[in-house]
Amino acid sequence: MTEATLNAEDESESEDRRRRPPRAVVGSSLDKEEEIFGKAYDPRIVRRIWAFVRPYRKQIYLSVAAVLVFTLTQLAIPLIIRFAIDNGMATGGGGREILLWAIVGFFFTILVNYGASYIQESVVGKAAERVLFDMRRAMFNHLQRVSLSWMDKTEVGRLMSRLMGDVNSMQEFLETSVLSVGDLVLLFGIIGVLLWLDPVLGLVTMATMPVLFIVRLFWLPPAKKSFMDAHHTNSAANGALAEGINGVRTVQSLDRQQVNFHLYEEKAHANLRNHLRAAKFAQVMVPIVDTLTGISMATVIVLGGQMVLGRQLDVGVMVAFLFYIQRFFDPIRSLTMQYSVFQRAMSSGQRITEVLDVPVTIEDKPGALKLTYDMDGSVEFKNVTFGYRKNQPVLKNVSFRVNPGETVAIVGPTGSGKSSCMSLVHRFYDVWEGSVTVGGHDVRDVTQESLGDQVAMVLQEPFLFTGTVLENIRYHKTSATREQVIEAAKAVGAHDFITSLADGYDTKIEQRGGNLSLGQRQLISFARALVADAKILVLDEATANIDSYTEMLIQKALKRLLEGRTGLVIAHRLATIRGADRIIVLQNGELLESGNHDELMKKQGLYSKLYTMNYSSFDDLPENAEDMAAAAVGKAT
Amino acid sequence: MSSEAPRSAYSPGDAMVHVRAVQNTSGRSTLWRIMALTWRHPWMVIITIASTIIASTLQLAVPRLLGIAVDQAAGLLDGVKAEEALWTTAMILFGVSVGRGLFTMSMNYFGEAVGHHTAYELRLAVYEKIQRLSFSYHDKVHSGDLITVGMLDLEGVRMFFATGVLRVILLGILIGVGAFMLLTTDVVLGLLALSFAPFVAWVSSTAQLRLRATWLTLQEMLQNLSRVMEENLGGIRVVRAFAGQKHEMQKYDVASDAALRLAHQRVDIRVKSTSAMNFTFFASMALVLWVGGEKVIAGEMTVGTLASFLTFMTILQMPVRQLGLMVNSFARASTCGNRLFAFLDLEIEIKDEPGAQPLKLTEGTLRFENVDFAYPSAPFRPVLSGVSFEAKKGETIGIVGRPGSGKSTIAHLIPRFYEVTGGRVTIDGQDVRAVTLDTLRKAVAVVQQDSFLFTTNIENNIAYGDPWAKEQRIARASEYAQLHNYIMGLPTGYETIVGERGVSLSGGQRQRLNIARSLMLRPAVMVFDDSTAAVDAGTEQRIRTAMKRFAKDRVTIIISHRLSSLMHADQILFIDEGKIVERGTHAELLELGGRYRALYDLQVRPGDDVLEAAE
Repeated sequence: MTEATLNAEDESESEDRRRRPPRAVVGSSLDKEEEIFGKAYDPRIVRRIWAFVRPYRKQIYLSVAAVLVFTLTQLAIPLIIRFAIDNGMATGGGGREILLWAIVGFFFTILVNYGASYIQESVVGKAAERVLFDMRRAMFNHLQRVSLSWMDKTEVGRLMSRLMGDVNSMQEFLETSVLSVGDLVLLFGIIGVLLWLDPVLGLVTMATMPVLFIVRLFWLPPAKKSFMDAHHTNSAANGALAEGINGVRTVQSLDRQQVNFHLYEEKAHANLRNHLRAAKFAQVMVPIVDTLTGISMATVIVLGGQMVLGRQLDVGVMVAFLFYIQRFFDPIRSLTMQYSVFQRAMSSGQRITEVLDVPVTIEDKPGALKLTYDMDGSVEFKNVTFGYRKNQPVLKNVSFRVNPGETVAIVGPTGSGKSSCMSLVHRFYDVWEGSVTVGGHDVRDVTQESLGDQVAMVLQEPFLFTGTVLENIRYHKTSATREQVIEAAKAVGAHDFITSLADGYDTKIEQRGGNLSLGQRQLISFARALVADAKILVLDEATANIDSYTEMLIQKALKRLLEGRTGLVIAHRLATIRGADRIIVLQNGELLESGNHDELMKKQGLYSKLYTMNYSSFDDLPENAEDMAAAAVGKAT
Repeated sequence: MSSEAPRSAYSPGDAMVHVRAVQNTSGRSTLWRIMALTWRHPWMVIITIASTIIASTLQLAVPRLLGIAVDQAAGLLDGVKAEEALWTTAMILFGVSVGRGLFTMSMNYFGEAVGHHTAYELRLAVYEKIQRLSFSYHDKVHSGDLITVGMLDLEGVRMFFATGVLRVILLGILIGVGAFMLLTTDVVLGLLALSFAPFVAWVSSTAQLRLRATWLTLQEMLQNLSRVMEENLGGIRVVRAFAGQKHEMQKYDVASDAALRLAHQRVDIRVKSTSAMNFTFFASMALVLWVGGEKVIAGEMTVGTLASFLTFMTILQMPVRQLGLMVNSFARASTCGNRLFAFLDLEIEIKDEPGAQPLKLTEGTLRFENVDFAYPSAPFRPVLSGVSFEAKKGETIGIVGRPGSGKSTIAHLIPRFYEVTGGRVTIDGQDVRAVTLDTLRKAVAVVQQDSFLFTTNIENNIAYGDPWAKEQRIARASEYAQLHNYIMGLPTGYETIVGERGVSLSGGQRQRLNIARSLMLRPAVMVFDDSTAAVDAGTEQRIRTAMKRFAKDRVTIIISHRLSSLMHADQILFIDEGKIVERGTHAELLELGGRYRALYDLQVRPGDDVLEAAE
């Protein structure tokens, strides 16, 4: 690397600055999860969805019945009008009495219609909502139990899109599938009634129906594509906007506004074009349907009119025909759209069942013991071999024991297996070989809940939940009183800054503690562990550099936290390491050396090498950990 | 838009044109402003309105023609003439139907097109405004609120023309002319035929307004629900570590049940209004049939006229029910437009002053002269007071101090992220306020502690400030930042996608990428604002060595908690409560035995004695 290449203003480079920047994009470079248009009907998925619908099947039956009644009343109304005209108003008919009866019948029909429409929509609407909420709850509940190794591999965002997006797209399906029963009945009902009223006129009038079917068949695929395109470019433009908002400081620092604006303009313009195209596709159906309606109406007028003139047809029938023609094409329109709703629902259903089918690998044994507070508080690893991927062990035959009340620091470069040790004590994963025991019991023999009660954990990244400071501190023990919380906060030195917050202990924590500094969040998570009052504390020390003042507070808090407890600490900081009773050095999943600071310094092994390398912290060395380890091993042998 | 690729898009253009167009309409009411923006596409608006008038007139002709046809068929004329008349009516009706279809299409299409074009321009205005508003604005505004403005509010304004304005015209003609036609034919029957309209309009409007209000609440509840889930899944280790599953499910159920209850309420509102509307409509149809039937029997009216009354009602039914949507559209456009325009009307605090000149770099000297600063949100709490120092090309300045002492503020004042409240910052004698922002920011790079990763590949992320850069230069920069080896170790190397939905980088890796990104700018002033906090000491040492040659040609400012990062600096400033309390080289400050010395002892010899001494 020469100075010239980085610093000099390259002429050829500056010249082509008017062209499109080759490396610039706004918004995600990744395509949105493509909407897979699967089959419109997949029996396996339908069965899984049915399992959620089953508890509400009575409601579904009721609403299907209501839909049938509703559709029948819709069909009946033109018939009643026809009856009133032909029998009530026609000369020589029954006159006023029959008209009155027709009106009574009309009112009766619309009352039934009113009731049926209420039941149909209300029952199916509410049942659909319940099914959705049940599905979401089942997924969320399942995610509470699936293995962490699966969770590690899966992005939260992707899970959220399944929990919210996919579940919501089932809603349309659940609501409309009952209604499409109504559409089908309406379609066949109209056909039936028209043929019954007059077979010849009926057939001729309905000749336009298959035409519309065929037109829709050709129209649907490109139209659907144009709707999807519009949808995609819209989310692309919105994604770019969101990025522009979240990254605005970086954008301004690096003076990218001009370039970004023009890139965004392209996205927005593509969006505009696609929306106009989609609007064209949607609207082109309007004159087609109107023309076909016009043809049908003209047919009824010419043909039906002549039949009326020739006394072969009652004038009321002609009026009824004209009424039915107005409703003619609606069911065809919604039924063809229904097909895409089915397809979407199937692909969403597929993704939902995928989540529900993730295996739960870690479960309590039948008759598992409850770990109680009177156990001795020791932690022991016996010949533990463990890994996340087949044939790639992260820990190899590791054995060590932490005696009750002792503090042991684990150190080692990144990838040495420190964090895995911590996860195993908590049985986040099961070991491949050997065993991990807590208080003399194999962690696989005790209930997970009681293990959680006796082993408190402090993670490297302090994670705070939305809620007050108080709620966060007593996260584990919701029964803890305010006094206990304050006492714990005082003990770890968090009380002072908490009381200086706007609402003290009742201050709302926003955006995962964005309104607090890292050090403050750390102290709160210490207080949380203290309130949990577990016999064993497992702690992953923060690597990030905290300012020295806060760091001092944390060191003191740590001391207080470890008092009278067994401590297993993944340590990065010199002060922590030196304060430990014993230090275990891991490297590439093997236990390399152990002892206290002075003993290890004398050994001149990896520990002393790491120690002299670093100044005030014991951070991991991601890039040259390999060389370091080799060097250290070379020295040791 | 590949076809227009070689336009002069990437040299200074007029990105603000749409913002100005919006600002030009200020001073009027929100809905008028939307109309004024719509009028930027006069031909489309005219076509749409003309189509609407024609389509609704043709629509009104249909029931009339059907009535005539029924009368013709019922034999009010004799044989042959009647047949001819039927043919004529049928042909006219066919023509009217085709015409109605075409003009409805034109009305809908152009109506939407007007909305989309307006939305397109507003989108660009919003985006540009977001990019140009200064840090102090973004500090106080939640990013979620801006997203609401840019997505939902924009949508509300977009829909206004098609669902609000056009509906008014359409309904006005249908109801107005329709009512005139009906009432002139038969007053009583006309009134009956229209009797459903006011009731349905009222039910539909109140239901829509209530649905809108509850929709907003429901969205909040669902957001709450998804926040509960997101937190749980993001913090799944904490949840499991503290055996919190039961507690979490309770939290979930509370949020979920509340949302479900409201969803059920919404179903009720919707269902009640639709079934009531249906019933009213049919009831008035029954009345028309009754009264009309009596009239037909009495010979006062023909069957055809009655049929035309009835079909007229079916035609009117849909638009009247949609009246609620129209009312909703007005309400929505007014609130959304208010927020959107309030945002676009904002004054940009930091921009090029009139007569600003491009920054001219000569010596490469940075100078703070008696600088005072307070954040605009708290003008009476000074953050910096009387800060003065000078840095020449090739020099390194170290700045150290407690959190909140004002260290980072110094970094932010150089590229004018914030404006000084007293004194001045100069580069080669030019006040930063007197030069153009783009030349200033090209000359000053601030490496922040945490910066944003864009969801694109590593190469594009490094070249973010210089997207024309050549590959070799990107590789050089990342070598300097000690990131190259890591990148080459990835299966797809520089092509690896990072960011929100890509491979996640550790804190240290992100910071190194950040350093590489700033190196690409070849700035005259390079500021490291605690930008190696998550990088381990060994790697930092190597970065520092690599940077030595790079630092010869520029001013380097290092702000850090870690003394090892800055003790080699030519001058170290110790800041406390916005003032420089100690200054000098590392050796001088150790000699002084003041605050710097105490900090040094704490960091380098962290034994128990120091912990106690520091108390």
